[in-house]
Amino acid sequence: MLFKNKLETKTSSLWKQNLRHFKKNKFALGGFFFIVFMLLFSFVGPLVSPYLPDKLDALMINTPPNFTHWMGTDQLGRDILTRLMFGGRISLTIGIASMTLSVIIGTIMGAISGFYGGIIDNIIMRFADILMSIPSLPLLIILSALMSEWKIPQQYRLYIVMLMLSLVGWPGLARLIRGQILSLKEQSFMDAAEVLGLSDRTKIFSHLIPNTIPLLIVIATLGVAGAILTESALSFLGLGVTPPTASWGNMIDAANSFMDFQKRPWLWIPPGAALLLTVISINLMGDGLRDALDPKMRR
Amino acid sequence: MIPTLIGVSIIIFFLFAAMPGDYFDSFMRLNPSRLAELKALYGLDKPVVSRYFIWISGVLSGNLGFSLKYQEPVTTLLNKYMWNSFIVAILSLIFTWTIALVVGVASAVKQNTWFDRLITVGVFVAMSFPSFFLGLLMIKFFAVDLNILPIGGMIDTGSTSTGLTYVLEVGKHMILPVSLLTLLSIGSLTRYFRSGMIDVLKMDFIRTARAKGLKEKTVIFKHALRNAILPAITLLAFELPGLFSGAIITEQIFNWPGIGRIQLEAVNTRDYPVLMSFTLLLATLTILGNLLADVLYAYADPRIRLK
Repeated sequence: MLFKNKLETKTSSLWKQNLRHFKKNKFALGGFFFIVFMLLFSFVGPLVSPYLPDKLDALMINTPPNFTHWMGTDQLGRDILTRLMFGGRISLTIGIASMTLSVIIGTIMGAISGFYGGIIDNIIMRFADILMSIPSLPLLIILSALMSEWKIPQQYRLYIVMLMLSLVGWPGLARLIRGQILSLKEQSFMDAAEVLGLSDRTKIFSHLIPNTIPLLIVIATLGVAGAILTESALSFLGLGVTPPTASWGNMIDAANSFMDFQKRPWLWIPPGAALLLTVISINLMGDGLRDALDPKMRR
Repeated sequence: MIPTLIGVSIIIFFLFAAMPGDYFDSFMRLNPSRLAELKALYGLDKPVVSRYFIWISGVLSGNLGFSLKYQEPVTTLLNKYMWNSFIVAILSLIFTWTIALVVGVASAVKQNTWFDRLITVGVFVAMSFPSFFLGLLMIKFFAVDLNILPIGGMIDTGSTSTGLTYVLEVGKHMILPVSLLTLLSIGSLTRYFRSGMIDVLKMDFIRTARAKGLKEKTVIFKHALRNAILPAITLLAFELPGLFSGAIITEQIFNWPGIGRIQLEAVNTRDYPVLMSFTLLLATLTILGNLLADVLYAYADPRIRLK
């Protein structure tokens, strides 16, 4: 009991230390606050907005930003600011959900692979190698084409896009985690676990994976940024989330028509700017987390 | 390496085999008997497994298939467009590496000065820019508002120029795509060089070199730099597939007649032989790049070879 208590106070103080380190990094903190703002903007904002994302308004087509429509309206008279909020919902959800899924698959696969070694390791890693050798954008484009061919209803495409992104994302993660597990396995606390007669499951899930969490947090944070970027690129090409569901990527698609591109920048610059600022914030936060969680990086 | 390739080819093939329609199904006006005839002509009526072996044996003997849309062999098609992509890719590679090396090293040497902070912020912005948004902003600013550079394409519409004027014309059209690609990849590489250089500058042999009374210039450029850029040659090997893959989004935005646009077009027209063979080619290049990276690294760093 005494021993357990001691352990707990020690871990919590380590996390506090990390938190202190993170707070000292002004860029990372700024990124964190911007992400909180963006989450509020996209998830709470629509409740406050007087407009609906799909509400057409034939009298207010293509109006530039003004006092009733702060960011103007598009060719169907939809309020850009409201669509931006809903687009944020989609983009952020896809980014976070697909990364969560990749992290779960990648961690379990990597841990199993590193822990057992031998033939299991070989099979999992060869499979990861195969997925990693196909360049991801062409692979995603092919998968999207498949999705269109199978006539997946528009409202489900969102979930398929998430699955696709995690399919592409997990192999790299699995490889990283495997490397970590391989070195953790050799440490003496694992000998202790062996002597205690713990089951493989307990060893993997209670002793090995928790030790990879600092790395996982960093990779997952940076991965969310990557997933958001990829989703927006796919949606921009018309292969990801398709209209009428708004996502930042398919809102920028407006720029593909030359008139809108040249004469109505309020259609595509706000979603682009939101995307850019969100991704910068996530990257800054991820970098701050890396500095805070990785003692080797500390100066 | 070979098993990986076989696995890749199986995955690619069955992804396409899972598509419910093919190129000929897109033509609504074909009558059923003609449709069946055409499918038989291109071997699309055979069972999936035997189609795989027909395809893969063709690929092994250098026959990458036949583009249904362009009505020419895939090899000819790739050959025609790949070099347009290659020239943009190689130029941006050269620029990226040169600029990243100079800037990364300079910011490591002047660590924690205002210059270094500026670069750090710039690196983050460059790493976070969505490629298509940056491309659109560049077109808006340089081609539409300032009107000093062409909006897209490779040559002016209806241009018949030859010789030097042709080269200049293509060059002018290349400025935006090349700078976009350079800006997109420069961030992470600059960061890499900066942190590599910082690590090396902390090492004991640098202190020794300084203690010997060597000039700071010699210490940095002769002793530190060499060790800092050594690991980067593996990264160079990873760039191999990128040279030929074409930048799908960049080419789409700038209307550049490269291989990336052919890929998108092939998706839209269901020209699957092109996509299948090209994806396989890219995967092969990726695997070769990884192998090359291992070899180069062992060559550059003798410590690796002992294992």
